[in-house]
Amino acid sequence: MQVLRALKLYKSDLSRRDFIKKTVKLGAGLTLAVSLPSAPEALLNPAFLGVSSAENPINAFVSIGLDNSVKVIIKHIDFGQGTFTGLATILAEEMDAAWDQIVCEFAPSDKTRYANLLSGAQMTGGSTAIANSYIQMREAGASARQMLIDAAAAKWDVPREQIIVKQGILSHSNGLNATFGELSQLAAMQPLPEKVSLKDSGNFSLIGKAGLSRKDLGKSDGTAIFTQDFKMDGLMTAVVAHPPRFGATVASFDTKRALGLPGVIEVVEIPSGVAVLADTFWSAIGGRDALDIDWDTSSAMEDGSVELMRRYKEAARGDGAIAKKIGDNLRGFAEADIIVEAEYEFPFLAHASMEPMNCVARLSSEGIEMWYGCQGPTMDQYAVASALDIQPDKVKINTLFAGGSFGRRANKDSDFAVEAALIAKTVKSDSPIKLVWTREDDMRSGYFRPMYFHKMRAGLNAQGKIVAWEHKIIGQSITSGTAFEAKAIKNGVDRSSVEGALELPYDFENVSVQLKTMEAQVPVLWWRSVGSSHTAHAVETFMDQLSHAAGLDPLQFRLMHLGDDQRFAGVLDLVADKADWNNDRSGGRIKGIAVHKSFGTYVAQVADMEETKAGKYCVKKVVCAVDCGLVINPDIVKAQMEGGIGFGLSPTLMSAVTIEKGRVVETNFDSHRVLRMKDMPNIETHIVSSSEPPTGVGEPATPVISPAVANALFAKTQVVQSRLPLNLDV
Amino acid sequence: MAFDITINGKAQKVEARPDTPLLWVLRDHMQLTGTKFGCGIAQCGACTVHLDGKPVRSCVLPLRAIAGKEVVTIEGLQSKEGRAIQAAWEELSVAQCGYCQSGQIMAAAALLADIQEPSDNDIDAAMSGNICRCCTYQRVRHGIKSASKKMNSKVAKSDASIEGAQVV
Ligand code: FES
Ligand code: FES
Repeated sequence: MQVLRALKLYKSDLSRRDFIKKTVKLGAGLTLAVSLPSAPEALLNPAFLGVSSAENPINAFVSIGLDNSVKVIIKHIDFGQGTFTGLATILAEEMDAAWDQIVCEFAPSDKTRYANLLSGAQMTGGSTAIANSYIQMREAGASARQMLIDAAAAKWDVPREQIIVKQGILSHSNGLNATFGELSQLAAMQPLPEKVSLKDSGNFSLIGKAGLSRKDLGKSDGTAIFTQDFKMDGLMTAVVAHPPRFGATVASFDTKRALGLPGVIEVVEIPSGVAVLADTFWSAIGGRDALDIDWDTSSAMEDGSVELMRRYKEAARGDGAIAKKIGDNLRGFAEADIIVEAEYEFPFLAHASMEPMNCVARLSSEGIEMWYGCQGPTMDQYAVASALDIQPDKVKINTLFAGGSFGRRANKDSDFAVEAALIAKTVKSDSPIKLVWTREDDMRSGYFRPMYFHKMRAGLNAQGKIVAWEHKIIGQSITSGTAFEAKAIKNGVDRSSVEGALELPYDFENVSVQLKTMEAQVPVLWWRSVGSSHTAHAVETFMDQLSHAAGLDPLQFRLMHLGDDQRFAGVLDLVADKADWNNDRSGGRIKGIAVHKSFGTYVAQVADMEETKAGKYCVKKVVCAVDCGLVINPDIVKAQMEGGIGFGLSPTLMSAVTIEKGRVVETNFDSHRVLRMKDMPNIETHIVSSSEPPTGVGEPATPVISPAVANALFAKTQVVQSRLPLNLDV
Repeated sequence: MAFDITINGKAQKVEARPDTPLLWVLRDHMQLTGTKFGCGIAQCGACTVHLDGKPVRSCVLPLRAIAGKEVVTIEGLQSKEGRAIQAAWEELSVAQCGYCQSGQIMAAAALLADIQEPSDNDIDAAMSGNICRCCTYQRVRHGIKSASKKMNSKVAKSDASIEGAQVV
């Protein structure tokens, strides 16, 4: 039996690739040395988060109640992608707990225990929650199981090997048995095991099982508590008047009218605008409406989307920084029989999560305590600490359920958390504050998926093979000027701008991918699937144009260009089979196919469209195949495919953010159109069965849908659409 | 100003400005936070409640317009349609982030009370005012159909047993 030092596995500087390689080697059913953190002080302190002495912390990830509940500590925020259920499944599996006894709770902010093992910081993102926690949660469960066995062995005075654990009960052939709860106090006193055995995957009873109830409770009866719902004594509601244009600041303001209104308590200036504090939201809004503010627009953004796109197109004429180079494109193009070119324009996109940003903060002599849907506790701790000029460990963050994020809450500037902290610091009263943004505040705040321009050129030889591939990407950098810059930007190339255009499914002889990074005053951010949100569309629709030029079927054309990675063929074959790609075009059905890998997960989709009236189309059905390695929870994989496809359909069909003279034009759901019930196609998901290490599912479905839809339309109309959202009325 | 309204079957006196939207009366004055704020302009449906049994967007309904009326929120949803919808939601794991779901459930319960067996078109018409950014629409649709089916088969069954009793 192979023994690996777990410590090695957890070193935070391991690259993702190393991590996956090592976990592959780990396999299943072997013993490994563990380096599990013990339970945090906070958990041992009964006052923390309602933990009572009736709870017995076993390690950093699990505590057992005298009432026989098993509380799993979840280090990743759950905003619908299912971390509560998924991570608890993994731990419960190795612990042999009964699913019904499992409850979940968010971890406190503490990167020494709860860091994302792929980044070293406590954060959720890049579809990594399951991937980085898979072995850790298994170890945590196995370790807890072992401590329960040790406790039972000591209590019953029997050899540990003779104890059986099943469904939350320990038993011995002599008739003795006990629940986890009954043994919890004794178990908590056992030393942390130095080695644990993990199950062979063939013995899994929870992992991979369909039909487990979800653990993020209270979402069908209104009892789940989001930041918007969080109450505490003396809480004041804060709303902020933000500058109307990017780059504008407060010149002067008059508070007289606002302060005269009932319910308004205070008005304060903060770096991001003017905050009104009141007893209720409605009083605060009344106060904000009554403010008289003069804005200093001397440094405000003058131009908008149209002007920026013009600049991007001009920039595309020249060469950019080399993101990838294989072979010799000059030779490739010289050999080509046909050269095909394409251009794509991608607009700014808003996350527009259902719950606008908000945050509760309470300042005290101890530091600051905050409650909100926090996606990156470590980075928010640092940003808030630096804004308040205190130490990061004086910033205590309590994570709550969040009404969506799609990247918005992992803000590189911790914008709304810092705003809340600064309001709490600036107000005279020492009451806690709840910062509430309206939809308009949320939409105007920016942090959009950057606008991009892509220019592509490829050469085909007489056999229809691609012999040259040139891809230029022009747009703002997400990480430039932030703490992420050092890791993300190499040789002038921000990985987050080009990812998805580099690791192609296809094996081309000659490739050049270039990036031109542009400056603009619009705050930009990662948006569900980051770079792939635009690169997948460009690559995959261009593939269809090329297949058309080559006179080949789009699926065959893809298959003949695939490289060594068989998992691409796996999802393509599965989706083609389930969508009956080769045969069914009956009843006016129009189909388009696309494939893409992001965050280690392979997704292929076939969009099935219908011509509802002459020249009018709608997306009827989407068949999706996904390979995300070992499946932890098939229901959640399917839910994320459905949700990810729906989310990607909004910018495919209708959503875009436009900026005019530094101002956001679409500020609410009347002008910012998003997918609704009537627009939602039927989605059918098929999962490739796999024993590869598990990878994420939160993002990878999103980038595949727009090329699949565009390809279906192209197949029917032969018109190349170079702009998103697509025009379905052609 | 003080207003008399009935919320979840209880007569209440609310002291607030007459233009205060019902949503904020519920959330800030009554501490009923199950009803959510998503847009404030009747575009997203997160704030859907029942007013005299009909689904309405509470974010644009001023307090003065609802005096004397009956309001039911997610916290007070007791109707058989409401419970059937909630059970279907749990069974199908409809919710993702969950933030829109109080509104979805209130709209769906009102739809079922109106139409026992809604068609896809009925569902599109009744539910397209409720945005879900997690795009749980497919499960919302299935949830409505499954709740409808269960309710109707229960009705059929209880009719049958009554008939059976008469025969004996
Ligand atoms: S908050 Fe009322 S419809 Fe959006
Ligand atoms: S479940 Fe997240 S918005 Fe609907």
